[in-house]
Amino acid sequence: MKKILLPLAMLGAVAFMTPTVSADPASDLKQFQEFFKKKFPAVPFDEYANGLYALPGLEPYREQWLMYNDFPPLELGLTRGKKMWETPFKNGSNFASCFKNGGRNIAQGYPYWDEAAQKVRTAEMDLNDCLKKNSEPPFTGLDNDTKTRVRLAELTAYFYSLSKGQRVNIDISSPGAVKAYEAGEKFWWQRRGQLNFSCANCHMDLAGKNFGGNQPLSAALGHPVGWPAQRLEWARLETIHQRYKTCNSQVRAKPFKHSSEIYNNLQFYETYMSSGLPLTAPAMRN
Amino acid sequence: MASDKQTQIRTRTRDGVTDVLVLVNHPMETGLRTDPKTKEKVPPHFIQKMTFYLNGKEVLSASLGPGVSKDPLVGIKLKRAKSGDKIKVIWSDNKGESGSEEATIN
Repeated sequence: MKKILLPLAMLGAVAFMTPTVSADPASDLKQFQEFFKKKFPAVPFDEYANGLYALPGLEPYREQWLMYNDFPPLELGLTRGKKMWETPFKNGSNFASCFKNGGRNIAQGYPYWDEAAQKVRTAEMDLNDCLKKNSEPPFTGLDNDTKTRVRLAELTAYFYSLSKGQRVNIDISSPGAVKAYEAGEKFWWQRRGQLNFSCANCHMDLAGKNFGGNQPLSAALGHPVGWPAQRLEWARLETIHQRYKTCNSQVRAKPFKHSSEIYNNLQFYETYMSSGLPLTAPAMRN
Repeated sequence: MASDKQTQIRTRTRDGVTDVLVLVNHPMETGLRTDPKTKEKVPPHFIQKMTFYLNGKEVLSASLGPGVSKDPLVGIKLKRAKSGDKIKVIWSDNKGESGSEEATIN
């Protein structure tokens, strides 16, 4: 009996291990998007850009979402972001001068791999660097200072709104980028916290379910295209890293720092996995 | 006293009825909330009156109170409003601040 069980157990172990062994990003991407295609065959690909409202079974949330999208409260924050973007610095320069094409239609490539610095860079970091370059005070203390973080989120929201509808296209050709991608992938699949959940548990296996009756779970596909977003619960625009932090504390894990390398890598991985979806940021979310 | 708070208007006409939606950036403090840091009551600060004008003529005047949420969205429905009509909204709060915004019905 033992002789039969042992090979069987080994087979089981091998079968269990296969999904976590990383192949190349391109085939990962295909596998990832196929997973949702199989799970929700009725949902067209572009609909995933609308977050959890695209999923079957969450129609009541979608109805409400369509109603408040008539005049979403994020318009107030977005207008403040627009004003910040357009106000020239003391030296006469402005935000548009720091970006290619004046900041228009470029956000689909964010976050990107910076070959010189060997780091993933997000839009928030580039906006902050633009301030530093023009000797303006940058946004600091993003972990504790809600007001500053919300101002940065509003500015980033306007930056993303300039690229609305552009399809996500992340360049992952260099070996360093693949390394960052793998770090993000590892974070995505790793279980954490007292509840022992990985990101994938909720946003792949349980996607479309209503957790505890009041926490509808979104599909991972399309996560980053709506951020910075305004959650009804928060009533203000927030950055995607703040969402990662709260997600981590919801599974009772210690959150990492805003703009830390691990979150940058996670955002890099998640955005790459949403390749081809149109940007809808800023968006309203539950 | 004019305020720096944003007021935004959106209009939409469907089946001869025009929806006018007004979004105001306002804290709408009831006066009952306690500041978590100083442990003192946050003084009340809320919109008391909001008046709608169509082509300069008052069409509706609403009394709002502390029961209305932060950043309120107030909507009214107008019959017989035509495309190109001017809509104006003026609001004032208990601290004497006021704001206004104009829009054209599309």
